[in-house]
Amino acid sequence: MNKKGPLFAFFLSLVLLLPGCSSIAVLNPKGPAARTLSDTIVLSILVMLGVLAVVYILYIFVLVKYRAKKSNEGYIPEHEEGNKWLEAIWIIIPIIIVAFLSVVTVKTTNEVENVAEEYKDQKPLVIYASSSNWKWHFSYPEEGIETVNYVNMPVHRAVEFRMYSFGTITSLWIPQLAGQKYAMSDMLTTLHLSADTEGSYIGKNANFSGKGFAHMEFEALVLSNEQYDEWVKEVKDTAEPLTEDTFKDLLAIEHIGRKTFSSTHLTFSPPPMDHSEMDRDQDHDQMDMDNGNMEHQDNKEIHPSPEPSAETEFDGEPNPELDQPLPSSPVEEHTSHNSK
Amino acid sequence: MDLERFKVHGEPLIYGAMISIALATIGIIIGLTYFKKWGYLWREWLTTVDHKRIGVMYILAALLMLFRGGIDAMMMRLQTAAPELKFLDAQHYNEVFTTHGLIMILFMAMPFIIGLMNVIIPLQIGARDVAFPRLNAVSFWLFFFGAMLLNISFVIGGSPDAGWSAYFPLASLEFSPTVGNNYYSLALQISGIGTLITGVNFIVTILKMRAPGMTLMKMPMFTWSVLITNIIIVFAFPVLTVALALMMFDRLFGSQFFTMANGGMDMLWANLFWVWGHPEVYIVILPAFGIYSEIIATFSKKNLYGYTSMVFSMLIISVLSFLVWAHHFYTMGQGAMVNSFFSITTMAIAVPTGVKIFNWLFTLRKGRITFTTPMLYTLAFIPIFTIGGVTGVMLAMASADYQYHNTMFLVAHFHYVLIPGAVFAVIAGFHYWFPKVFGFRLNDRLGRHAFWWIAISFNVTFFPLFFLGLMGMTRRTYTYSAETGYGPLNMLSFAGAVGLSIGFLILVYNIYWSTRYMPKDTNGDPWDGRTLEWATNSPIPAYNFAIVPKVETRDAFWSAKQDNIPLYEGNITKIHMPSNTGKPFILGVIFFVFGFSLVFSLWIPAILSGIGILIVLATMSFDRDHGFYIPAEEVIATEKKLRGETV
Repeated sequence: MNKKGPLFAFFLSLVLLLPGCSSIAVLNPKGPAARTLSDTIVLSILVMLGVLAVVYILYIFVLVKYRAKKSNEGYIPEHEEGNKWLEAIWIIIPIIIVAFLSVVTVKTTNEVENVAEEYKDQKPLVIYASSSNWKWHFSYPEEGIETVNYVNMPVHRAVEFRMYSFGTITSLWIPQLAGQKYAMSDMLTTLHLSADTEGSYIGKNANFSGKGFAHMEFEALVLSNEQYDEWVKEVKDTAEPLTEDTFKDLLAIEHIGRKTFSSTHLTFSPPPMDHSEMDRDQDHDQMDMDNGNMEHQDNKEIHPSPEPSAETEFDGEPNPELDQPLPSSPVEEHTSHNSK
Repeated sequence: MDLERFKVHGEPLIYGAMISIALATIGIIIGLTYFKKWGYLWREWLTTVDHKRIGVMYILAALLMLFRGGIDAMMMRLQTAAPELKFLDAQHYNEVFTTHGLIMILFMAMPFIIGLMNVIIPLQIGARDVAFPRLNAVSFWLFFFGAMLLNISFVIGGSPDAGWSAYFPLASLEFSPTVGNNYYSLALQISGIGTLITGVNFIVTILKMRAPGMTLMKMPMFTWSVLITNIIIVFAFPVLTVALALMMFDRLFGSQFFTMANGGMDMLWANLFWVWGHPEVYIVILPAFGIYSEIIATFSKKNLYGYTSMVFSMLIISVLSFLVWAHHFYTMGQGAMVNSFFSITTMAIAVPTGVKIFNWLFTLRKGRITFTTPMLYTLAFIPIFTIGGVTGVMLAMASADYQYHNTMFLVAHFHYVLIPGAVFAVIAGFHYWFPKVFGFRLNDRLGRHAFWWIAISFNVTFFPLFFLGLMGMTRRTYTYSAETGYGPLNMLSFAGAVGLSIGFLILVYNIYWSTRYMPKDTNGDPWDGRTLEWATNSPIPAYNFAIVPKVETRDAFWSAKQDNIPLYEGNITKIHMPSNTGKPFILGVIFFVFGFSLVFSLWIPAILSGIGILIVLATMSFDRDHGFYIPAEEVIATEKKLRGETV
């Protein structure tokens, strides 16, 4: 009857295979933030395997020993109220485990919310990442350039993503570089990351955002410092600037390939208020809640939401473009396909 | 009127569903007319206020919904079984996973549990009925018509498609212009009101109607779990009511609570939703803990180990369940401080839950364990749910959650919690209490077959999802490319889902087979039970107990059998019973019309049915029917007939 033993062995072997498997993106980090998270996850898996082992051993023991068999026929178990010492043990030990994991959580959460230790003295490269429909816009205010559906960054450099959305809530996630964070229309969220290894990593939206969600991926390319500078220079020399009209058209399109511009939309369509600044203001008690909300509204007026394209949203026809190859795959630059 | 809005286009699957719904409806109508069962249906079921019949109807509806939600699940697993399959398009897939979540949580798990508690709780506490029998009927019909309203969305106008959590602004008119999310707000609202009424009803029932001598700390564990659950319902459901009302205003009347412009706050919805949504998880899990406690005690022939700590652990869980909602959006950028607070409160839930696991293990220790079908589900629950629990602790760690959030890892985790925690429990409870209600057992051999299919296939289906999550596969993704490498594990998961379906089909076959061939149980106590529900006859007479039992110990019926403590004292006298009424059913129908009219903004029928609701409520309030008495002679005759002996 006890067929759970082999089942358990099967799980255990699967879990033990975990760290060795390189296709598991989350446990194959390429930067300090993702490495902190990977270490945290492996640690928690080990602790939890310990907990599982205790429960499973007890479980198998009682099931084997106290099952009804011919030899104990007619045995009527005694009344057993409980035992305060035993019960205290399984209250106190879990509390210790939870306390330990709480310390780890608080420490690592703080670590990944801030610039990694080894990059503390650098001025981070700020990249604004905003989402609209099912695409990502990356603005580089320092360089004065903007890309769509791909992001390039230099290796060994602190990068600070500032995220917001022109529509639904999305979540920017580059599993091998950092954990994800939401991009919302009414506030700015910040994600700190940096890469140790050059290479191309998959980035995506992790938060369900409607029909085109499955295709909302982008490439995060980590370049050497020279290659990065060269790329920036090339963009400035060759790409078109981003005008307000072009940007509005861009917002309305649902899917698009890669795009590159030699100016950013931040100048004519500024991002919403920084969440951390809002907190700081409130700490100084200079702004009450109402003013805070008004600040939000001010931002909204110059930060219009895109019109959902009426055609594809209203009729029940499937969007033919969705069957096309993924727009995030390396499509040649400066080509776009409008979904209309 | 624009009829186009009612139509759902272009999907052979949906046309198939339309035709089968139409055929089934015609079949039922013809069948009822041919066998002249309309009167029987109306007198015995639609107008009933008997808690047992209401419970049975709840369970029937929940079983139907289990299969509806199960078909949704199969469609999703099939669509993602291999890269770039074209079985469902994105829109259809979105509707399928949204309704799968809604149906399984709100229209399967919760009603199944409410059904079991309707049947069992009055019996377990030695009562003749619930505190407010007519209100109980109102609860059921509101749930039922709420469920029907959501179910017709598939073929009329389109289903909700913004996920079961319906995050704004995605669920707003701007980004979801079909009527799907109107259905969401109204169907959930109508059945939610029913649930809230149930909450009040059962709190009063348990607190006021216990048999003499049954102090709070002598209540059976299932009764305790239901009491705590209903307290959670009464605190959590008003939040859902408000959130859904605001959602309805946003979608139907152009208010802007959750929009992107004019001061609307999208995260306000997320907060309100999860302030209800997280306790909701415990609304379906805690009664399951109660069911398992009863079954473990019965089939290891022991009293429950650590009764007091079991009760307190549930009380602590109920409080903590309200303090953890923000763990559903650690990634909102609320900062390390807030995330740390919610991490710690979330992980703290593991402690009382662990207490329960160890108490169950120690109940088994020194027992004499028999492996009946309900016990098998209970025993499988322990190791599987523990995996769900430990992965829950992993998810609770805010930093690590940045990597799990919105991925298949999360999907795996909550299925590892909810399927053993709620689905196994209701199946176990169903097998366990079935003979009490119908007077015969389900076949044990078929039961075991179904169990092994379900337990093993469950792991094959959901364990691979942990790995898919860590590989970076996000949830709610309807397709993926071959290069991602998600294909093989998804195929394995689909194979598991096929196994699960086979298990559930065997379960249904078992019900059919047992109804035809299983012999009647001769006494009302087939499992050698411990609690009061086994002390009355099977099937249960309308008045439950001819004489209200007197309780002296925790496992009152067990003590009565072991130590010959008499349960019944005194003579049989006349018994007061409430009379049946058709008004709750009519109220449900009008609510359905009201909801449907609002979904499509048909204002005139909406206003008329709104007035209709008020009129029915008014006539119910001024109803002067005080019920009737069953004369003592009739009770004695019934008892004789049921037992074949002189009382």
